[in-house]
Amino acid sequence: MKPIRSSLIAWLGLVVVLLAGCGPEHRFIKGNSFKGDNQITITFAGPVEASWAKNPANYKAYEKPDPDITLPISSIDLSPDRTTVTLTFQLPLNKAQAHIVWVKDIMAEGASQGTAVMTVTKVYFGYLLSILLGAMIIKNFVFTKYLGLCVFFGTSQKKTTAVGMGITFTLVMVASAMMSWFMYQFVLKPMRLDFLQIVVFIGLVSLSVQAVDTILRKVNPALFKAFGVYLVLVIANCIIIAVPLLLANNEYNAAESFMLAVGAGVGFLVALFLMSSVRERLEVADVPPAYRGLPIAFITAGLFALAFMGFSGMSIF
Amino acid sequence: MALTKKTNSQLFFDGILTENPIFRLALSMCPAVGISTNVMNGILLGIAVLFVQVFSSCTISAIKNFIHPRIRIPTYTLTIATWVTVIDLVLAAYVPEAYKAMGIFVKLIVAFAIITMRLEMFAAKNPIIPSFWDAVGMGLGFLFGMVVLGFIRELLGSGTLLGYDVLGSRPLLFFVLPAAGFFTVGFMMAIFNTMEQYFKRMKEKK
Repeated sequence: MKPIRSSLIAWLGLVVVLLAGCGPEHRFIKGNSFKGDNQITITFAGPVEASWAKNPANYKAYEKPDPDITLPISSIDLSPDRTTVTLTFQLPLNKAQAHIVWVKDIMAEGASQGTAVMTVTKVYFGYLLSILLGAMIIKNFVFTKYLGLCVFFGTSQKKTTAVGMGITFTLVMVASAMMSWFMYQFVLKPMRLDFLQIVVFIGLVSLSVQAVDTILRKVNPALFKAFGVYLVLVIANCIIIAVPLLLANNEYNAAESFMLAVGAGVGFLVALFLMSSVRERLEVADVPPAYRGLPIAFITAGLFALAFMGFSGMSIF
Repeated sequence: MALTKKTNSQLFFDGILTENPIFRLALSMCPAVGISTNVMNGILLGIAVLFVQVFSSCTISAIKNFIHPRIRIPTYTLTIATWVTVIDLVLAAYVPEAYKAMGIFVKLIVAFAIITMRLEMFAAKNPIIPSFWDAVGMGLGFLFGMVVLGFIRELLGSGTLLGYDVLGSRPLLFFVLPAAGFFTVGFMMAIFNTMEQYFKRMKEKK
C-alpha cells in the first residue's frame, strides 16, 4: 500500500506544479486578474512610465477563442506607485472565457522591456470546486437531470448495496471519462471524427469495465467478491455515457473534466445513499398494495427531485 | 439454445402490454421521466428507440454464432452504438428542431437498458424473424409508454396536445415541472398493478 500512496503524492505534486506554472509568461509582469464586471488588472514587477501606461494603443485584449474580435478599452488607471494598471472595458467581460492581453513594449526603468502576451483566467481552484459541487449537488445527475435511473432504482434497496454500487461507479466513471476526454481532444477532434463519439465513448466504457473486472479478479479477489456484481450494471447507467458527451460539448480541459467526473460519481453515490435510507424504512411502512415496490419508490424520488429543485440556480463562486 | 415457443403475434403484443418496458419491466426510465413533458417528444424518441431496437436485434440475431460469450456485452454495446449514431445523424439532419428539444437523450439511447436486455434475453438465442417481432413489440411498447406519459403531462400541465390548445386553461401546472415525471410514472405503474390484480381476481372467479 505504501509505495502506491507515495507515488500518488508525487503525481498530485506534479499536477499542482503544472497548475501553478500557468501564470503570466513575461518576466516583468507579476500577475493579472479580473476585477469587477468589466476590468482587468495587471501588476508589474516595478514602476512603469505613466505616459506609456496611459496610452490605450499599447494594449490589445481579446477572448481566447476569438482572436479577431478586439475588446474596446474605455479607460486606463495607473496606481500611485506606478506598478498596477487597471484596464476598464466598454462592455462586461465573459469571465468563463480565458482572455488574452497583449502589452506592447513595456516602458520601465527608462528602457523597453519587450512585449508581453498573457492569459487572464478566473481564480482557478474556485472554478474547479464549483464544477465539482455543481455536478454533485446543484445539478445532481439523478435528481435534476433524470439520468441513470434504472440502476438507481435497482440498487437502492439496501444501504450496503447502494454504497458498493456508488463507489464502483465513481471509479469506473473517472477512469473512462478521462480516457474519453483524451480520445476526444487528441484523436477525434484533430481528425474530424466527431460523429464517432458515441461509438468510441461507449467502447471505452465497456473496455474499462472489462479491464477493472479482470484486474480486480486477479489482484484482489476479496474486493472483487464485494464489488464485482456491480461492474456489469455500470454499463447500463446513462450517466457514464452522458459525462463524456458533456465534456466533449463543453470543451472542458483535463482538470475540469476530472472534477466533473468525480462530481457525477459522488453525486450518484449521494443520491443512492439518500434513497436507500428512505427505502429501508419503506420496507416496514404500510403502503397501499398497488403502490408496493417500485411505484412508491418513484414517488419518493419525485419528492427528492422537488427538494433538489431548491438548489437550482445557486452559484458558489 | 432456448428457442421461443410463442407465435410472432404473441411476441408482438407481449411487448406492448404485458411486458411493457416502461410500466411493467421498469427499464429505460431516464427518458420516461426526463423528456416526457409533451407528446411529440415521446413519439420522436419512441420511433428512434424502435428503429435502434429492431436494427440491433436483427444484427445480433444474424451474427450470434460468431460472438464469443465472454465479450458478448461489449459486442452488444458497440452494435447498438453504431445504430444509435446512424439514427442520431438522421434525426439531426431531418428534424433539427425536435432534435434540439430532445437534447442529449438521443445519444443516450446507447445506454438504455431495454435494448441491451432484449439482445441478451432474446435476440442472442433466437432466429431473425422472432427477434424482429420481439423488437418491434418492445419498441412499440416503449413508444406507447412515452406517448401515454406525454399525453398526461401535456394535457394536465399545459392544457395542450401536440401543441394545439385543447383545454383552454392549465389545470395542474405542477405536471410541467421536471420532477413531476417521477410522480406520473409512479401513478401509472400503480394503475398497471391495480389492473393486473383486477384481472387476476376475475380469472380466479371463473
